[in-house]
Amino acid sequence: MSVDTSSTAPGGAPEPTNAADRAFARDDVHATTLGGSFQEYLNRVRGGDLGSLPALSGLVVLFVIFSFASEAFTTKLNLANLVTQAGPISVLAMGLVLILLLGEIDLGAGVAGSTGAAVTALLIVDRGWYWLLAALAGLAVGAFIGVVVGLLVARLGIPSFVVTLATFLGLQGVLLVLIGEGGSVRFADDFLRGLAIKTVDPTVGWIAAVVIIALFAALSIRKHRTQVSEGLAHPPFSLVVVRIAALAVVLLGFVAFMNADRSRNPNFPIEGVPRMFVVVVGLLILWTFVLNRTRYGRHLYAVGGNAEAARRAGINVLKIRVTAFVFSTMMAVVSGLLLAANTGKVSPGSGGSNTLLYAVGAAVIGGTSLFGGKGRAIDAVIGGFVIATIINGLGLLNNASWINFVVTGAVLLLAASVDAISRRRRSAAGV
Amino acid sequence: MSEPLLELRGVNKSFGVVHVLHDVDFAVYPGQVTALVGDNGAGKSTLVKIIAGIYGRDNGDYLFEGKPVDINGPRDVAALGVEVVYQDLALCDNLDIVQNMYLGREEIKGGTLDEPTMEARARDTLGSLSVRTVKSVRQSVASLSGGQRQTVAIAKAVLWNSKVVLLDEPTAALGVAQTRQVLDLVRRLADRGLGVVLISHNMGDVFEVADRIVPLYLGRVAADVATKDVTNRQIVELITMGRSGDLGIAENPTTATV
Repeated sequence: MSVDTSSTAPGGAPEPTNAADRAFARDDVHATTLGGSFQEYLNRVRGGDLGSLPALSGLVVLFVIFSFASEAFTTKLNLANLVTQAGPISVLAMGLVLILLLGEIDLGAGVAGSTGAAVTALLIVDRGWYWLLAALAGLAVGAFIGVVVGLLVARLGIPSFVVTLATFLGLQGVLLVLIGEGGSVRFADDFLRGLAIKTVDPTVGWIAAVVIIALFAALSIRKHRTQVSEGLAHPPFSLVVVRIAALAVVLLGFVAFMNADRSRNPNFPIEGVPRMFVVVVGLLILWTFVLNRTRYGRHLYAVGGNAEAARRAGINVLKIRVTAFVFSTMMAVVSGLLLAANTGKVSPGSGGSNTLLYAVGAAVIGGTSLFGGKGRAIDAVIGGFVIATIINGLGLLNNASWINFVVTGAVLLLAASVDAISRRRRSAAGV
Repeated sequence: MSEPLLELRGVNKSFGVVHVLHDVDFAVYPGQVTALVGDNGAGKSTLVKIIAGIYGRDNGDYLFEGKPVDINGPRDVAALGVEVVYQDLALCDNLDIVQNMYLGREEIKGGTLDEPTMEARARDTLGSLSVRTVKSVRQSVASLSGGQRQTVAIAKAVLWNSKVVLLDEPTAALGVAQTRQVLDLVRRLADRGLGVVLISHNMGDVFEVADRIVPLYLGRVAADVATKDVTNRQIVELITMGRSGDLGIAENPTTATV
């Protein structure tokens, strides 16, 4: 009756199994060709897993429409401006992805971000603080707001919708107190303001682009090699090459475009990648790493997918929820700083009205689910560009502001519908 | 018969005035499937939750490998190597099979998730259980059938070297072919020397894989019998009336109040 269990190696892999008997032999023939991978991608899309497809196709459509509707849209100056406009939205949306992954919402993120930015601006203007210290103080304010909101949501169990609606209203009052009715705080620190109005030296831009591509290529190829040598599920090598090539084309094309002079006045050339873009890419890399490669990121997805399963697996669900709000609100402060850099001031209305809905729209258009458990940092960045394109294009058409509201509302609704429909298809197709 | 892996002796449990378990003795032996059967409200779930450490017990002993142990929560039980596979399975639909099997216990190398190691071990574990129905270990769990999900949940217990696995109604929501797969898997677990507890309503399943059957009747253990010594009819009588012929609880026990 007794079977020796001691032969079982720690953590699995008991009796050796011969190759023919291996259960997952089919893994190895799993999409070995580029065509196969493409077919698989099509199947995924049909099954409702759209990824960033709606956002990318939306971006193309918007570019076509606006370039016909307005001559100014396709000028280099305007497209560079669009990148700067997209920055705050993308960063706020990246932060929101953490919250949306948990199936929660933060309506107050925009205002919380501007509250942090107001603190930073006031410390620089009134107290003469060094920008870095002032920015850290602003981030600390964001972290504090995040802790409070997170505890109210996760510990007390108040729906995040209600808690953050309260912070949305309450923090606008705090902004009024900080800044004063009808006033605004100058945001003129050389470095912080420079994030929006200065560019990266063209040579540095080229070097950075090449370094990023080389790193991505090295990491992708290394990962692929490990997968092949250990007999793990892996994409065909050609797909890896295509991915690297796509990144290289996009990044080098972008840098080449931005490094060309776009000034209207030949005496004052404007060239180089906007600094704000560097911030966005840096945060994109950071959050992609955290979400995909760390235990914390894995647990975020798990809590968003099935909180009860996560709890039974020994994950501290409360901690995950609270820290998600903390990190998200800190990202909102970064976004608030970028927004202030863009406008040169923080006013009591900053981060209010539709800032937050733009960001939610950006995240959802990019492919983040409002139902939780699904979303990536890159979704937020692509979605941010879609929203910025809409704002920018409509602005150039000189339309009345009512159109802005209607279009933004419609886009948000459209994105949410795509999310809901793709979710239904996913559950039907089981992908 | 060898030493029990896990044993409860004289366990009582009340919720307020409701006395749910009366002097329950229950043992799990290595290499055996012990079926825990009983009608709704007989106390199966309560007993499972006591074993899982979710409920405390009013009195009685909890022994693991012959030694009394202190249980103050599910973590203590998990640390002993007792894994409970719940009926609702508790898998994260948005994660793939490997990620689910390692959830909460991810392997870390150089500060980041060690995906190659996790994938290889998960694959070996599923392979060693002769699971052939899953296409890829990198499939999202949402795309799996009920039986495959059950398989993943059970394989998780094997991956973590559990000594005792409790399965709560593992075939309740499954079709014929899937039930077949899961029952085969249950049998293989026991053949590998694990102590398996099968909680089930389905007498067919119980008679097919169980070595011993423990029917509960109104919070009492009505019998603890070898499957080969009893008939389906006897077990049904033990479940519904607490006794069958000379088996079971004495007629009209004075303490039989619930």
